[in-house]
Amino acid sequence: MTSAAATTPLVRRRPPPHVRRKRFLVGVAQHSVLIVVAIAFLAPFVFIVLTSMMTTHQALSADLWPHPFRLRNFADVFSKAPLARWTFNTLVYSCLATIGVLVSSVPVAYALARLRWRGRDAAFMIVLIALMLPPQVSVVPLYVMWAKLHLVGTLWPLIVPNWFGDAFTIFLLRQFFLTIPEEYLDAARVDGCGELRILFTVVTRLAKPALAAVALFSFLYTFNDFFLPLLYVGENSHNWVLSLGLAQFRSQHEVQWNLTMAATVLVMAPVIILFFLAQRAFVEGITLTGVKG
Amino acid sequence: MNGAVADTAGASAPALPLRTRARRRADWRRRRLVLLLMSPWIVGFSVFFAYPLVMSAYLSFNHYDLLSPPRWVGWANYHYLFNVDPLVWEAVRNTVVWMVLIAVPCQVLFAFGVALLVARAKSGSGVFRTVFYLPALAPPVAATLGFVYILNPATGPVNVLLSHIGINGPLWFNSPQWSKPSLILLSLWGIGNTMIIFLAAVLDVPQHLYESAELDGAGPLQRLRYVTLPTVSPVILFAVVLGVIQGLQYFTQAFVAASIASGQASQAGDTFSGLGYPNHSTLFYPVLLYQHGFTDFQMGYASAMAMLLLVVSFAVTLVIVLNSRKWVHQAVPR
Repeated sequence: MTSAAATTPLVRRRPPPHVRRKRFLVGVAQHSVLIVVAIAFLAPFVFIVLTSMMTTHQALSADLWPHPFRLRNFADVFSKAPLARWTFNTLVYSCLATIGVLVSSVPVAYALARLRWRGRDAAFMIVLIALMLPPQVSVVPLYVMWAKLHLVGTLWPLIVPNWFGDAFTIFLLRQFFLTIPEEYLDAARVDGCGELRILFTVVTRLAKPALAAVALFSFLYTFNDFFLPLLYVGENSHNWVLSLGLAQFRSQHEVQWNLTMAATVLVMAPVIILFFLAQRAFVEGITLTGVKG
Repeated sequence: MNGAVADTAGASAPALPLRTRARRRADWRRRRLVLLLMSPWIVGFSVFFAYPLVMSAYLSFNHYDLLSPPRWVGWANYHYLFNVDPLVWEAVRNTVVWMVLIAVPCQVLFAFGVALLVARAKSGSGVFRTVFYLPALAPPVAATLGFVYILNPATGPVNVLLSHIGINGPLWFNSPQWSKPSLILLSLWGIGNTMIIFLAAVLDVPQHLYESAELDGAGPLQRLRYVTLPTVSPVILFAVVLGVIQGLQYFTQAFVAASIASGQASQAGDTFSGLGYPNHSTLFYPVLLYQHGFTDFQMGYASAMAMLLLVVSFAVTLVIVLNSRKWVHQAVPR
């Protein structure tokens, strides 16, 4: 293939006008479809943001554009609901869980990816099975367990399991560790590095992008999590997280769609800001799940 | 899983020359290292995975309300589950037909179509990629709230816009016929993750394959059918498996949409009511399991439901993965 290109340097011929015109029209058609779909994807955000700045009365009318822009809604949300409290709880849950996931999953993923031992493939299969099973399958006995420990109503049942390895994180990190060239590790071994030191210096440094992606995913997962908080702290509003508080916000402020949408904006905003700050880590992580899986 | 490793320690003969002993010591240190590294998962797996599974199986044969000790009832829970409970089949049908058989193909096709368009865009593909990905980031509770508002029948923007062009919009989340399509619409809004994976796969298709197909006289559709699809089929399989698994655990959006939309209709003040509103149309299997287990505290019966979910999700994944050989193109291992 390369030799053919080398012998006769190919010059791309300019396509005839009717072909060019057709290509141009196809391009226009594709772009217009894309633009229409993009508008449809953005519209919900636009409507939510617009409504969040309407007056209560206006949010209940057919108006689409806020007449006086009422930015006070965002301040009102804080006075109507303990949003600060929910945010604090969410951060406690998300941060402690994310740290735990990283600390506990990195060594497991390393052992599954880079060490040779009997039963390794079986162990990896078990990780995959754990990954695929719905959480609802094991939730009843776990609830009973936490109830017996008198910890239902606290954030501990949400945080503690994350300190014992998370199947999804282990899977992702293993996939990434497999791509690290053996030469780096061998070089460290020749220099007299033990496996633990290799793991904590060489591998973690090489895997920084993957670790960032995994940390992001874990943070987002816990930030968005609704099922487990509903289960364990649903009865204790003192420990509610943002997702729980937001879900019942409307039932407390019955018809105030504008405030509900303002609260929705406030909950969406951090995630979207985080995305723009860490866009590369996101894309890295998502492609890691699909392409190399 | 580590038993296999530990077994080999005692297998070799005693009274060995020095070299073998040094090697055995190294082996032992290696095993200890593996055990140390694996220990978080060993504990996590036993306490948060294996134990609950076994316990779930046990509890499913008991009557248990968390207050009095479990009472053995044999197959009664399963009998009730399969023959008596009027809501189970409604929930199974909603979950399997709507969230798996309808929603998953819709999501995959839509995500694939969008990915193809973005891949071919000559300009602005970065902007489009961001726009299509953003909704996937929106926290599910927030996204659901937004959709319930946007689709609310009386003053929601969608019905307002529809009325401008003379269409009487449906009742969306307040209508038993439209509540599930509304949820599917919500899920289509959030296909960003799948789209990004497809996009990466489509961009990964080697260019020379397209060129040689073009030389053979293949048109755009044929190139899609015979070049793009076979090359990205493993990624499609991955998306389908993931979609099915997520469809079987569909909970948050249905739960939130039902409680918000029902509150809107009845103005009821109490928190989290109206599961399955309207008219059990958003009653999905995990929602029903939640109701039995954690609002009625029928732990034994909820365990029986969990066992059925376990068997079904395991079987479905197995069937998909085993049958995938037939239609997934196997690339030469790199």
